[in-house]
Amino acid sequence: MEVLIFLLLILVLSIFLGFEIISKVPSLLHTPLMSGSNAISGITVVGAMIAAGLGQGEDLAAMLGGVAVGFAMINVVGGYLVTDRMLNMFKKKDK
Amino acid sequence: MTLESLINIVYILSAISFILGFKLMSNPGSARRGNIISAVGMASAIIVTLMYPEVVRYQFIVIGIVAGGAIGMLFAYRTPMTGMPQMVGLLNGFGGLASLLVAWAEYTARPEQTYFGGAILALTALIGAITFSGSIIAWAKLEERFISGKPIMYGGQQFVTAGVIGGILLCGVLFSMDTATPEAVRFLGIITLLALVLGVLLTIPIGGADMPVVICLLNSYSGMAACASGFIVQNNLLIVAGALVGASGIILTLIMCKAMNRSVANVFLGGFGSPVQGSMMEVVGEIKPVKADDAYLMLEAADSVVIVPGYGMAVSQAQHAVRELTEALEKNGTEVRFAIHPVAGRMPGHMNVLLAEANISYDAMVEMDAVNPTMETVDVCMIIGANDVVNPAAEEDKASPLYGMPIIKAHQAKSVIVMKRSMGKGFAGVENPLFFKNNTRMLFGDAKASLQALVNEFKGAN
Repeated sequence: MEVLIFLLLILVLSIFLGFEIISKVPSLLHTPLMSGSNAISGITVVGAMIAAGLGQGEDLAAMLGGVAVGFAMINVVGGYLVTDRMLNMFKKKDK
Repeated sequence: MTLESLINIVYILSAISFILGFKLMSNPGSARRGNIISAVGMASAIIVTLMYPEVVRYQFIVIGIVAGGAIGMLFAYRTPMTGMPQMVGLLNGFGGLASLLVAWAEYTARPEQTYFGGAILALTALIGAITFSGSIIAWAKLEERFISGKPIMYGGQQFVTAGVIGGILLCGVLFSMDTATPEAVRFLGIITLLALVLGVLLTIPIGGADMPVVICLLNSYSGMAACASGFIVQNNLLIVAGALVGASGIILTLIMCKAMNRSVANVFLGGFGSPVQGSMMEVVGEIKPVKADDAYLMLEAADSVVIVPGYGMAVSQAQHAVRELTEALEKNGTEVRFAIHPVAGRMPGHMNVLLAEANISYDAMVEMDAVNPTMETVDVCMIIGANDVVNPAAEEDKASPLYGMPIIKAHQAKSVIVMKRSMGKGFAGVENPLFFKNNTRMLFGDAKASLQALVNEFKGAN
């Protein structure tokens, strides 16, 4: 139970922090913000890897975990690369 | 130091890198660096997870990483900038699906859970499945593939949705009471299926022009799903990262709704974009079409030009032609700015990305609130494939469904050129009085072709 309270505290603090920093992102960059947060939501990959790494006798769980790793990695790799591609285009030119 | 504390310290550093990454996004100059820092944090988290004591088998992990990574790379390099809303939509769905699978994997490995553990499993499966099926529908609507972009409504829609939600709640309670019984598997299965149905039910009544809101909300859900799966595996990093993404999606959803002067509930229940009733103000005046040579004379004489891009610019892939015209105008000594409405395009910031792709400097892109006070001093306001976001009925006509929505006040400019394919209405299905004003000229045709004709006029003059 104590672990749970601690995790809930982390959750609440993160939500407040998230609102603070993300409301400062200008509308100019809202598309890269979204693709970047896509990449971060791929953090599920950590949970998926723990399941996919389970040993013998847990084959079904490990396979489900492996598929989850795949989908989460599409998010991670696709999200970061496309965000980089976009941000690289935002340039300021001298008149 | 034990291995476990080392892993946890790296997770904390990863969380910091995500926060820093978002923080550096507050400025276009530092945003790219922020994204790289965030990616390094992610890579470190993945690497230390391999050292987890429970991780004893690597083949599934490696297959997943290699296959997912390769597909992700294809997505990132193959998707054109005009297709960004679809790509983000699809990625939201994959994030949800991954969390759904994590819930099932965890349950398969450990069927005996506490009440809370069971409830969290059910919640993760629920959010994950809604995110997945909702995103697939949103993607199909944006692609206009398989289903039309129009809202799909049917009788008793709310009752069906309420029934499905009731079924999910009931199964959720039954599942959490005892997760180890043979029936419990079925309950989680029913929750998953009903949640997939719910994702579809919630997304099909929403029209194409409201997709920015849906994409933002699904973005938020994908974060919440990751967050919930963090409670399953009791991992801080998943909770922090998921909460950040959840918050980001919610903020964007609220910004979009405010820019359309509608509540979140209205977007999801309204089926906006279907024909509207009520007596609206009669539109007076007549349409005054011009050819490119006349439009050229207006632009050539202008000292300041404001360009308002809309989804039509994306459809005709006209952003590069816009850049050429901008260069021609600037060479002629005209100041050119781009006024971008928050809901222009199919996702937040869509227009900015397209203009940046065409090499237009980001300091020429101005937000609605910054451009409106200066509109009366603008010589020519040129509208490229936008409609509802410049509709003055939003300010003048109380009967209009757009009434109250903040607009770019193009009608206050000294003269207006509207580039448009035909006299069709915008996505809201509302007549636009701007097209009938005395100082408005309509340049009909494909936006890209019209822009190129204008550029040629400038070239011919030199």
